[in-house]
Amino acid sequence: MPYIRYYLLMSRTLNLDTAFAAMADPTRRAILARLAKGEATVMELAEPFEMTQPAISQHLKVLEDAGLIVRRIDGTRRPRRLAKAGIEAMDHWLAMLRKALEKNYDRLDEVLAAMEPHKKGKTR
Amino acid sequence: MSNLKLKTEGDTHVVVTRRFAAPPEAVYRAHTDPKIVQKWMLGPEGWTMPVCINDAKPGGKIRYEWTNGKGAGFYLTGEFLELQPYNRIVHVERMHLPDPTPDNHVETRFDPEGTGTLMTMRMTLPDAKTRSAMLATGMEQGMEASYVRLEQML
Repeated sequence: MPYIRYYLLMSRTLNLDTAFAAMADPTRRAILARLAKGEATVMELAEPFEMTQPAISQHLKVLEDAGLIVRRIDGTRRPRRLAKAGIEAMDHWLAMLRKALEKNYDRLDEVLAAMEPHKKGKTR
Repeated sequence: MSNLKLKTEGDTHVVVTRRFAAPPEAVYRAHTDPKIVQKWMLGPEGWTMPVCINDAKPGGKIRYEWTNGKGAGFYLTGEFLELQPYNRIVHVERMHLPDPTPDNHVETRFDPEGTGTLMTMRMTLPDAKTRSAMLATGMEQGMEASYVRLEQML
């Protein structure tokens, strides 16, 4: 039933609010999905979005501040890539969340197994 | 064994599916009998639900309070809107952390599948922003990004 409580609780507990806020934007999620395939420059990142480079740079700054991406210096290029620590923190969080959900239903499996199989619903 | 599936739909929905070995009647009862709910809807290991009010009738109140026994706790309130034994429950709920979160409208269906049940829970959040904030987004591209990343590390 109410899963969302764990998301909120855990995101607060783990201090991932900034990271999740950063990911609440579809463009930024798309940027992360692109970077998951490998590092890319601002120009490369701007390409699929029909956005100006300054607009993309603004999104990159939000992601950087949230610890989700880092930049590398390569001559005049500044390619971005996913930040291992930030992504791992989210992985960890998502794993915890999934575990919490699964835990509930695994428990329910046991409860159901213990219920009498053909007992008709009792009146409340 | 886990067959939990969680996906987003449109801008404001989250759909969770899960199969159970028991028939719909039993799964329905496990969602509408507070004594049973209290046994399983506990989240992570170590948490308990000392207060479980689940008045399963249209307009009936829901109140769940959880604690980890170490001083941390939170609660949820809600109301039942529709109940069709043993295949459909519609309710609305909100978390109190302690400020209330926006209302989450939830339709839960229990469909027979073989000798078991396919449960489909469809949540509707007020807007895309709320869903993103609540769901923590990771479910979509973010999660994909995580998994692609994970694949690269393996």
